[in-house]
Amino acid sequence: MNLIDEAWAVAAMVPDPEVPCVTVAELGILREIVMDGDIVVAKVTPTYSGCPAVQFIENAVSDALRDAGYQARIERVISPAWTTDWITDEGREKLRAYGIAPPAKASNSKRALFGETTVACPRCASEDTEKLSEFGSTPCKAHYRCKACLEPFDYFKCI
Amino acid sequence: MALFQSLIELADDHLVLGHRLSEWCGHAPMLEEDLALSNFALDVIGTARALYAYAAEVEGKGRSEDDLAYLRSEREYLNCLLVERVNGDFAHTMLRQFYFATLMELFWQAAMSSDDEMIAGIAGKAVKEMAYHIRHAGEWIVRLGDGTDESGKRMQAAVTALHPYWEEMFAANECDVLPDRVALRSDWESSVKSVFNEAGLEWPKPVYGQVGGRVGEHSEVLGRMLSDMQYLQRAHPGATW
Repeated sequence: MNLIDEAWAVAAMVPDPEVPCVTVAELGILREIVMDGDIVVAKVTPTYSGCPAVQFIENAVSDALRDAGYQARIERVISPAWTTDWITDEGREKLRAYGIAPPAKASNSKRALFGETTVACPRCASEDTEKLSEFGSTPCKAHYRCKACLEPFDYFKCI
Repeated sequence: MALFQSLIELADDHLVLGHRLSEWCGHAPMLEEDLALSNFALDVIGTARALYAYAAEVEGKGRSEDDLAYLRSEREYLNCLLVERVNGDFAHTMLRQFYFATLMELFWQAAMSSDDEMIAGIAGKAVKEMAYHIRHAGEWIVRLGDGTDESGKRMQAAVTALHPYWEEMFAANECDVLPDRVALRSDWESSVKSVFNEAGLEWPKPVYGQVGGRVGEHSEVLGRMLSDMQYLQRAHPGATW
Protein backbone atom coordinates (compact mmCIF):
# COMPACT_ATOMS: atom_id res chain seq x y z
CA MET A 1 0.00 0.00 0.00
CA ASN A 2 1.29 3.45 -0.73
CA LEU A 3 1.28 6.31 1.74
CA ILE A 4 -1.93 7.87 0.46
CA ASP A 5 -3.87 4.60 0.75
CA GLU A 6 -2.48 4.03 4.25
CA ALA A 7 -3.41 7.53 5.36
CA TRP A 8 -6.86 7.11 3.82
CA ALA A 9 -7.37 3.90 5.76
CA VAL A 10 -6.57 5.72 9.00
CA ALA A 11 -8.77 8.77 8.30
CA ALA A 12 -11.60 6.65 6.92
CA MET A 13 -12.03 4.89 10.29
CA VAL A 14 -13.10 8.07 12.11
CA PRO A 15 -16.74 7.76 13.17
CA ASP A 16 -19.22 10.57 12.63
CA PRO A 17 -19.73 12.28 16.02
CA GLU A 18 -23.51 12.48 15.71
CA VAL A 19 -24.13 9.19 13.94
CA PRO A 20 -21.29 7.06 15.32
CA CYS A 21 -22.42 3.89 13.55
CA VAL A 22 -20.96 5.19 10.28
CA THR A 23 -17.55 6.57 9.43
CA VAL A 24 -16.73 9.84 7.74
CA ALA A 25 -15.73 7.89 4.64
CA GLU A 26 -19.03 6.01 4.49
CA LEU A 27 -20.91 9.31 4.77
CA GLY A 28 -18.89 10.79 1.92
CA ILE A 29 -17.58 13.59 4.14
CA LEU A 30 -13.95 12.52 3.71
CA ARG A 31 -13.34 13.32 0.05
CA GLU A 32 -9.71 12.78 -0.70
CA ILE A 33 -6.22 12.44 0.69
CA VAL A 34 -3.38 14.19 -1.11
CA MET A 35 0.27 14.77 -0.21
CA ASP A 36 1.79 18.23 0.16
CA GLY A 37 5.46 17.30 0.51
CA ASP A 38 5.57 15.25 3.73
CA ILE A 39 2.23 16.52 4.91
CA VAL A 40 -0.93 14.47 4.56
CA VAL A 41 -3.77 16.73 3.45
CA ALA A 42 -7.25 15.37 4.18
CA LYS A 43 -10.03 17.03 2.20
CA VAL A 44 -13.26 17.17 4.15
CA THR A 45 -16.63 18.57 3.10
CA PRO A 46 -19.46 19.76 5.37
CA THR A 47 -22.91 18.17 5.05
CA TYR A 48 -25.01 21.25 5.79
CA SER A 49 -23.58 24.80 5.78
CA GLY A 50 -24.34 25.16 9.45
CA CYS A 51 -23.58 21.64 10.64
CA PRO A 52 -22.16 22.14 14.13
CA ALA A 53 -20.12 18.94 13.82
CA VAL A 54 -17.88 20.25 11.02
CA GLN A 55 -15.11 21.51 13.29
CA PHE A 56 -15.37 18.42 15.47
CA ILE A 57 -15.03 16.10 12.49
CA GLU A 58 -12.04 18.02 11.15
CA ASN A 59 -10.31 17.80 14.52
CA ALA A 60 -11.08 14.10 14.83
CA VAL A 61 -9.64 13.31 11.39
CA SER A 62 -6.59 15.41 12.09
CA ASP A 63 -6.06 13.74 15.50
CA ALA A 64 -6.41 10.26 13.99
CA LEU A 65 -3.78 11.01 11.37
CA ARG A 66 -1.39 12.54 13.91
CA ASP A 67 -1.86 9.60 16.28
CA ALA A 68 -0.84 7.32 13.42
CA GLY A 69 2.35 9.29 13.04
CA TYR A 70 1.54 11.53 10.09
CA GLN A 71 2.00 15.23 9.77
CA ALA A 72 -1.49 16.25 8.84
CA ARG A 73 -3.51 19.19 7.63
CA ILE A 74 -7.25 19.46 6.97
CA GLU A 75 -8.64 21.29 3.99
CA ARG A 76 -12.34 22.15 3.89
CA VAL A 77 -13.79 21.82 0.42
CA ILE A 78 -17.31 23.02 -0.36
CA SER A 79 -17.50 22.36 -4.07
CA PRO A 80 -19.02 20.18 -5.40
CA ALA A 81 -21.63 20.40 -2.65
CA TRP A 82 -22.10 17.29 -0.52
CA THR A 83 -25.06 15.15 -1.39
CA THR A 84 -26.61 12.18 0.36
CA ASP A 85 -25.93 10.23 -2.84
CA TRP A 86 -22.31 10.01 -1.65
CA ILE A 87 -23.27 7.84 1.31
CA THR A 88 -21.97 4.38 0.44
CA ASP A 89 -24.20 1.32 0.24
CA GLU A 90 -22.47 -0.06 3.30
CA GLY A 91 -23.07 3.21 5.12
CA ARG A 92 -26.76 3.14 4.22
CA GLU A 93 -27.09 -0.40 5.54
CA LYS A 94 -25.36 0.58 8.79
CA LEU A 95 -27.71 3.55 9.19
CA ARG A 96 -30.70 1.26 8.77
CA ALA A 97 -29.35 -1.22 11.30
CA TYR A 98 -28.78 1.69 13.72
CA GLY A 99 -32.45 2.70 13.40
CA ILE A 100 -32.06 5.63 10.98
CA ALA A 101 -33.85 5.34 7.64
CA PRO A 102 -31.26 6.07 4.94
CA PRO A 103 -31.92 8.88 2.44
CA ALA A 104 -33.66 8.28 -0.86
CA LYS A 105 -31.25 8.07 -3.78
CA ALA A 106 -31.01 10.64 -6.56
CA SER A 107 -31.05 13.82 -4.52
CA ASN A 108 -31.30 15.95 -7.64
CA SER A 109 -34.88 14.89 -8.20
CA LYS A 110 -37.37 17.38 -6.80
CA ARG A 111 -39.61 14.57 -5.57
CA ALA A 112 -36.92 13.21 -3.28
CA LEU A 113 -35.85 16.67 -2.09
CA PHE A 114 -39.41 17.54 -1.21
CA GLY A 115 -40.04 14.37 0.70
CA GLU A 116 -42.55 12.80 -1.66
CA THR A 117 -40.82 9.44 -1.70
CA THR A 118 -41.83 6.62 0.57
CA VAL A 119 -39.64 6.09 3.60
CA ALA A 120 -39.46 2.53 4.87
CA CYS A 121 -39.34 1.91 8.61
CA PRO A 122 -35.78 0.88 9.55
CA ARG A 123 -37.17 -1.51 12.16
CA CYS A 124 -39.94 -3.47 10.42
CA ALA A 125 -39.43 -2.35 6.80
CA SER A 126 -43.08 -1.29 6.43
CA GLU A 127 -43.67 1.55 3.99
CA ASP A 128 -46.73 2.67 5.92
CA THR A 129 -44.97 5.57 7.63
CA GLU A 130 -45.75 9.24 8.24
CA LYS A 131 -43.63 12.34 8.66
CA LEU A 132 -43.96 13.92 12.08
CA SER A 133 -41.53 16.77 11.56
CA GLU A 134 -39.39 18.02 8.73
CA PHE A 135 -36.73 18.82 11.32
CA GLY A 136 -35.21 16.30 13.65
CA SER A 137 -32.44 15.89 16.17
CA THR A 138 -29.73 17.17 13.81
CA PRO A 139 -29.88 19.39 10.69
CA CYS A 140 -29.58 16.34 8.46
CA LYS A 141 -32.55 14.40 9.85
CA ALA A 142 -36.35 14.48 9.80
CA HIS A 143 -38.65 12.74 12.26
CA TYR A 144 -40.99 9.93 11.16
CA ARG A 145 -43.33 7.37 12.68
CA CYS A 146 -44.08 3.87 11.48
CA LYS A 147 -47.81 3.17 11.42
CA ALA A 148 -47.25 -0.60 11.29
CA CYS A 149 -44.97 -1.13 14.31
CA LEU A 150 -45.76 2.28 15.86
CA GLU A 151 -42.10 3.14 16.47
CA PRO A 152 -40.84 6.66 15.84
CA PHE A 153 -37.60 6.92 13.88
CA ASP A 154 -35.17 9.35 12.28
CA TYR A 155 -34.96 9.73 8.52
CA PHE A 156 -31.68 10.95 7.02
CA LYS A 157 -32.96 13.73 4.75
CA CYS A 158 -32.17 13.63 1.10
CA ILE A 159 -30.14 16.60 -0.06
CA MET B 1 -13.36 46.22 -3.28
CA ALA B 2 -16.70 45.68 -5.04
CA LEU B 3 -16.42 41.97 -4.27
CA PHE B 4 -15.54 42.53 -0.61
CA GLN B 5 -18.47 44.90 -0.15
CA SER B 6 -20.90 42.54 -1.89
CA LEU B 7 -19.71 39.61 0.23
CA ILE B 8 -20.18 41.64 3.40
CA GLU B 9 -23.71 42.64 2.34
CA LEU B 10 -24.58 38.99 1.78
CA ALA B 11 -22.86 37.72 4.91
CA ASP B 12 -24.54 40.39 7.07
CA ASP B 13 -27.95 39.48 5.63
CA HIS B 14 -27.38 35.87 6.68
CA LEU B 15 -25.89 36.52 10.10
CA VAL B 16 -28.47 39.09 11.16
CA LEU B 17 -31.33 36.88 10.01
CA GLY B 18 -29.69 33.87 11.68
CA HIS B 19 -29.46 35.75 14.97
CA ARG B 20 -33.10 36.81 14.75
CA LEU B 21 -34.14 33.20 14.09
CA SER B 22 -32.06 31.95 16.99
CA GLU B 23 -33.97 34.34 19.28
CA TRP B 24 -36.92 31.95 18.83
CA CYS B 25 -34.97 29.07 20.36
CA GLY B 26 -36.98 27.82 23.34
CA HIS B 27 -39.89 30.18 22.55
CA ALA B 28 -41.59 28.63 19.53
CA PRO B 29 -45.23 27.49 19.91
CA MET B 30 -44.32 23.80 19.62
CA LEU B 31 -41.27 21.59 19.59
CA GLU B 32 -41.29 21.01 15.84
CA GLU B 33 -41.17 24.73 15.17
CA ASP B 34 -38.48 25.25 17.76
CA LEU B 35 -36.35 22.70 15.89
CA ALA B 36 -37.28 24.15 12.51
CA LEU B 37 -36.33 27.70 13.45
CA SER B 38 -33.07 26.56 15.07
CA ASN B 39 -32.27 24.57 11.92
CA PHE B 40 -33.02 27.61 9.77
CA ALA B 41 -30.72 29.66 11.97
CA LEU B 42 -27.94 27.08 11.64
CA ASP B 43 -28.26 27.05 7.86
CA VAL B 44 -27.99 30.79 7.40
CA ILE B 45 -25.29 31.26 10.04
CA GLY B 46 -23.31 28.49 8.33
CA THR B 47 -23.60 30.33 5.02
CA ALA B 48 -22.64 33.58 6.76
CA ARG B 49 -19.46 31.94 8.09
CA ALA B 50 -18.41 30.80 4.63
CA LEU B 51 -19.09 34.29 3.24
CA TYR B 52 -17.21 36.10 6.04
CA ALA B 53 -14.25 33.74 5.71
CA TYR B 54 -14.08 34.44 1.99
CA ALA B 55 -14.58 38.19 2.50
CA ALA B 56 -11.69 38.20 4.99
CA GLU B 57 -9.49 36.42 2.47
CA VAL B 58 -10.46 38.85 -0.31
CA GLU B 59 -9.78 41.83 1.94
CA GLY B 60 -6.36 40.46 2.88
CA LYS B 61 -5.90 42.59 5.97
CA GLY B 62 -5.62 39.73 8.41
CA ARG B 63 -9.15 40.02 9.76
CA SER B 64 -10.93 36.75 10.55
CA GLU B 65 -14.57 35.75 10.09
CA ASP B 66 -15.05 36.40 13.82
CA ASP B 67 -13.55 39.90 13.57
CA LEU B 68 -16.01 40.70 10.80
CA ALA B 69 -18.98 39.35 12.73
CA TYR B 70 -18.21 40.58 16.23
CA LEU B 71 -16.04 43.66 15.92
CA ARG B 72 -17.89 45.84 13.44
CA SER B 73 -20.33 48.46 14.63
CA GLU B 74 -23.89 48.98 13.53
CA ARG B 75 -22.93 51.59 10.89
CA GLU B 76 -20.49 49.10 9.35
CA TYR B 77 -23.18 46.42 8.96
CA LEU B 78 -24.54 46.36 5.40
CA ASN B 79 -27.51 43.98 5.68
CA CYS B 80 -30.83 44.90 4.15
CA LEU B 81 -33.45 46.23 6.55
CA LEU B 82 -35.80 43.27 6.06
CA VAL B 83 -33.60 40.80 7.95
CA GLU B 84 -33.16 42.99 11.03
CA ARG B 85 -36.93 43.36 11.55
CA VAL B 86 -37.93 42.08 14.97
CA ASN B 87 -39.51 38.63 15.06
CA GLY B 88 -42.98 39.93 15.92
CA ASP B 89 -45.58 37.19 15.78
CA PHE B 90 -45.27 33.96 13.82
CA ALA B 91 -46.77 35.59 10.72
CA HIS B 92 -43.99 38.21 10.66
CA THR B 93 -41.21 35.67 11.23
CA MET B 94 -42.45 33.27 8.58
CA LEU B 95 -43.14 35.96 6.00
CA ARG B 96 -39.67 37.46 6.52
CA GLN B 97 -38.18 34.00 6.06
CA PHE B 98 -40.27 33.28 2.99
CA TYR B 99 -39.28 36.58 1.32
CA PHE B 100 -35.60 36.04 2.08
CA ALA B 101 -35.43 32.36 1.10
CA THR B 102 -37.36 32.94 -2.13
CA LEU B 103 -34.91 35.68 -3.10
CA MET B 104 -31.84 33.71 -2.08
CA GLU B 105 -32.94 30.55 -3.85
CA LEU B 106 -33.09 32.54 -7.11
CA PHE B 107 -29.85 34.33 -6.25
CA TRP B 108 -27.86 31.18 -5.44
CA GLN B 109 -29.31 29.36 -8.41
CA ALA B 110 -27.85 32.06 -10.65
CA ALA B 111 -24.62 32.22 -8.60
CA MET B 112 -23.92 28.52 -9.14
CA SER B 113 -22.58 29.38 -12.58
CA SER B 114 -20.39 32.22 -11.26
CA ASP B 115 -16.83 32.41 -12.57
CA ASP B 116 -15.73 32.69 -8.96
CA GLU B 117 -15.24 29.12 -7.76
CA MET B 118 -15.74 29.93 -4.08
CA ILE B 119 -19.04 31.70 -4.74
CA ALA B 120 -20.25 28.86 -6.95
CA GLY B 121 -19.36 26.42 -4.14
CA ILE B 122 -21.20 28.36 -1.43
CA ALA B 123 -24.18 28.73 -3.81
CA GLY B 124 -24.31 24.99 -4.49
CA LYS B 125 -24.78 24.25 -0.79
CA ALA B 126 -27.08 27.14 0.06
CA VAL B 127 -29.50 26.66 -2.81
CA LYS B 128 -30.62 23.25 -1.53
CA GLU B 129 -31.13 24.61 1.98
CA MET B 130 -33.21 27.54 0.74
CA ALA B 131 -35.59 25.10 -0.96
CA TYR B 132 -36.48 23.68 2.48
CA HIS B 133 -36.94 27.14 3.95
CA ILE B 134 -39.29 28.21 1.14
CA ARG B 135 -41.36 25.10 1.54
CA HIS B 136 -41.69 25.27 5.31
CA ALA B 137 -42.29 29.03 5.55
CA GLY B 138 -44.62 28.90 2.53
CA GLU B 139 -46.76 26.25 4.22
CA TRP B 140 -47.14 28.50 7.25
CA ILE B 141 -48.16 31.47 5.13
CA VAL B 142 -50.93 29.40 3.54
CA ARG B 143 -51.97 27.87 6.86
CA LEU B 144 -52.19 31.25 8.60
CA GLY B 145 -53.50 33.27 5.66
CA ASP B 146 -56.21 30.73 4.90
CA GLY B 147 -56.84 29.81 8.55
CA THR B 148 -59.06 31.57 11.07
CA ASP B 149 -60.20 35.19 10.86
CA GLU B 150 -57.58 36.10 13.42
CA SER B 151 -54.70 34.27 11.73
CA GLY B 152 -55.69 35.69 8.32
CA LYS B 153 -55.76 39.22 9.75
CA ARG B 154 -52.34 38.77 11.32
CA MET B 155 -50.86 37.35 8.16
CA GLN B 156 -52.23 40.25 6.14
CA ALA B 157 -50.86 42.66 8.77
CA ALA B 158 -47.42 41.11 8.32
CA VAL B 159 -47.68 41.59 4.55
CA THR B 160 -48.41 45.27 5.09
CA ALA B 161 -45.67 45.68 7.69
CA LEU B 162 -42.89 44.11 5.59
CA HIS B 163 -43.86 45.63 2.26
CA PRO B 164 -41.73 48.81 2.60
CA TYR B 165 -38.62 46.58 2.65
CA TRP B 166 -39.08 45.04 -0.77
CA GLU B 167 -37.43 47.81 -2.69
CA GLU B 168 -34.10 47.48 -0.91
CA MET B 169 -34.02 43.71 -1.45
CA PHE B 170 -33.79 44.34 -5.16
CA ALA B 171 -31.40 47.27 -5.15
CA ALA B 172 -28.69 46.98 -7.80
CA ASN B 173 -25.43 45.34 -6.75
CA GLU B 174 -22.42 45.83 -8.93
CA CYS B 175 -20.15 42.84 -8.81
CA ASP B 176 -19.08 40.80 -11.82
CA VAL B 177 -19.15 37.43 -10.11
CA LEU B 178 -22.52 37.77 -8.36
CA PRO B 179 -26.03 37.83 -9.85
CA ASP B 180 -27.78 41.17 -10.10
CA ARG B 181 -30.75 41.21 -7.73
CA VAL B 182 -32.69 43.63 -9.96
CA ALA B 183 -33.08 40.90 -12.55
CA LEU B 184 -34.55 38.48 -9.99
CA ARG B 185 -37.51 40.62 -9.00
CA SER B 186 -40.11 39.44 -11.50
CA ASP B 187 -39.48 35.75 -10.74
CA TRP B 188 -39.56 36.53 -7.05
CA GLU B 189 -42.86 38.37 -7.32
CA SER B 190 -44.51 35.58 -9.27
CA SER B 191 -43.42 32.98 -6.67
CA VAL B 192 -44.71 35.16 -3.86
CA LYS B 193 -47.92 35.86 -5.74
CA SER B 194 -48.76 32.18 -6.20
CA VAL B 195 -48.39 31.54 -2.45
CA PHE B 196 -50.42 34.67 -1.61
CA ASN B 197 -53.19 33.46 -3.94
CA GLU B 198 -53.26 30.09 -2.24
CA ALA B 199 -53.28 31.79 1.16
CA GLY B 200 -56.05 34.22 0.18
CA LEU B 201 -53.81 37.21 0.91
CA GLU B 202 -54.16 40.56 -0.81
CA TRP B 203 -51.27 41.77 -2.90
CA PRO B 204 -49.94 44.88 -1.15
CA LYS B 205 -50.44 48.33 -2.66
CA PRO B 206 -47.31 50.24 -3.68
CA VAL B 207 -45.65 52.07 -0.79
CA TYR B 208 -42.62 54.25 -0.31
CA GLY B 209 -39.62 51.92 0.04
CA GLN B 210 -37.43 52.01 3.14
CA VAL B 211 -33.76 51.82 2.24
CA GLY B 212 -30.46 52.51 3.96
CA GLY B 213 -29.19 49.15 5.18
CA ARG B 214 -26.70 48.78 2.33
CA VAL B 215 -24.99 52.02 3.35
CA GLY B 216 -25.08 51.26 7.07
CA GLU B 217 -28.15 53.33 7.92
CA HIS B 218 -30.23 50.96 10.00
CA SER B 219 -33.34 51.05 12.11
CA GLU B 220 -32.97 51.29 15.87
CA VAL B 221 -33.52 47.56 16.35
CA LEU B 222 -30.20 46.47 14.78
CA GLY B 223 -28.10 48.26 17.41
CA ARG B 224 -29.94 46.45 20.19
CA MET B 225 -29.48 43.13 18.45
CA LEU B 226 -25.75 43.68 17.95
CA SER B 227 -25.24 44.75 21.55
CA ASP B 228 -26.64 41.37 22.54
CA MET B 229 -24.85 39.35 19.83
CA GLN B 230 -21.46 41.01 20.27
CA TYR B 231 -21.52 41.32 24.05
CA LEU B 232 -18.96 38.62 24.80
CA GLN B 233 -16.29 39.83 22.37
CA ARG B 234 -16.81 43.44 23.41
CA ALA B 235 -16.63 42.68 27.13
CA HIS B 236 -13.81 40.14 26.88
CA PRO B 237 -11.85 40.96 23.72
CA GLY B 238 -10.23 37.93 22.14
CA ALA B 239 -12.12 35.41 24.29
CA THR B 240 -12.05 31.91 22.82
CA TRP B 241 -13.69 28.61 23.68
